[in-house]
Amino acid sequence: MTDTATPALPEQLAEIREDFLALTERDRLQLLLEFAGELPDLPERYASQPGLLEKVEECQSPVRAFAEVRDGVVHFYATAPQEAPTTRGFASILAQGLSGLTPQQVLDVPEDFPLSLGLTRAVSPLRLNGMAGMLTRAKRQVREQLP
Amino acid sequence: MPAQLDPSPKLAEYAHPERLVTTAWLAEHLDDPGLVVVESDEDVLLYETGHIPGAVKVDWHTDLLLPVERDYLDGEGFAALLGSKGITRDTTIVLYGDKNNWWAAYTAWVFTLFGHEDVRLLDGGRNLWTAEGRELTTDIPQRERVDYPVVERDDTTYRAFKEDVLAHLGRGPLVDIRSNPEYTGERIAIPDYPEEGVLRGGHIPTARNVPWAQAVAEDGTYKPRAELEAIYQGSPEAGGLGITADDAVVTYCRIGERSSHTWFALKFLLGIENVRNYDGSWTEWGNSVRVPIAAGAEPGEVPARAGAAA
Repeated sequence: MTDTATPALPEQLAEIREDFLALTERDRLQLLLEFAGELPDLPERYASQPGLLEKVEECQSPVRAFAEVRDGVVHFYATAPQEAPTTRGFASILAQGLSGLTPQQVLDVPEDFPLSLGLTRAVSPLRLNGMAGMLTRAKRQVREQLP
Repeated sequence: MPAQLDPSPKLAEYAHPERLVTTAWLAEHLDDPGLVVVESDEDVLLYETGHIPGAVKVDWHTDLLLPVERDYLDGEGFAALLGSKGITRDTTIVLYGDKNNWWAAYTAWVFTLFGHEDVRLLDGGRNLWTAEGRELTTDIPQRERVDYPVVERDDTTYRAFKEDVLAHLGRGPLVDIRSNPEYTGERIAIPDYPEEGVLRGGHIPTARNVPWAQAVAEDGTYKPRAELEAIYQGSPEAGGLGITADDAVVTYCRIGERSSHTWFALKFLLGIENVRNYDGSWTEWGNSVRVPIAAGAEPGEVPARAGAAA
């Protein structure tokens, strides 16, 4: 699943990927569940105005997410219901994996990053589309905020 | 030995009361020998966050569907799956899940293709169980592997393929249970759901649109029999579909999961004998070359070619 033709993955994303690939398929689901539990609460300005977050249509469950560029650094925020742990897990991976990167680093994240986590069989490709959709939108949002 | 039946009066009115159980009944019968609770969700991780005590998990993507071909597991795969969950051929299976039991009903339909006799749905599903504050646990039960016989899947009685649906046009009711904008062709996927690559919008000619949600009450349980009868068997003048007990009926949706929920209601709650679910549904029909499609609010005519064969 590794692809050497893509630009080097930022360290925090590479670590997440290594953590998943080091596990058995069954345990990867558990790790995804841990990510779901770690999805940070929204900052107050978004929590009080969820309309600022963009709805991700590709996701099977209602999820709202936004990648914000502040002082040259990307922050990714997302919210999804507790009864959608898979979606929360995907959002949490992106929140931990994208936040703190430069806009260019985010734009360079390969589109197939979600497929490289070794979850294809345990989660199914269709469900992984949800994370791919979130990543695509995060990149567009970052691009729109570039000067 | 099959578990006892739920004597709830609401269930007793249905054609097959033995196919549903209430949350209250299940809470009292979790430890019944010969009963296994199975959770089937859209979300592959939801079971892991907490499930009904003793319940095992069956996932539609990773357990029921083949990884490559668009089809279900075969008799050997089914025997291995159910055996690994501690289910024998005469086990009473109670299915429940998220999203109003869509996937639980889908799993019930697949289990029925293999002729498993005692398959029941938890009326109201996971939502009602949790809304009532009933117990959930993260303990994964360790069930002993048992022998489940290898039974060939019956793809004729309850399953319809595209060719079957083409031959069916003009011969019996066709129920499209998607949302209205999907039926008219305005949208090609459920609002807020992934676009699964459908090229054309609309519906199968002659299909009538009864979105699945019309079959359920506010708490997610199936509506009482009289209300279901009014919707599906009531006269067309009164807004019903006018389905009779002798009709051959086909249900479909986008991939066959929401229509399993309606298939279950027509077959087991109303007792219509001949009901098949077309699992290819719109993701097959709407991508097929040279099949007739009707767009807009009207059911549309039986196409000449299909009609000529009748």
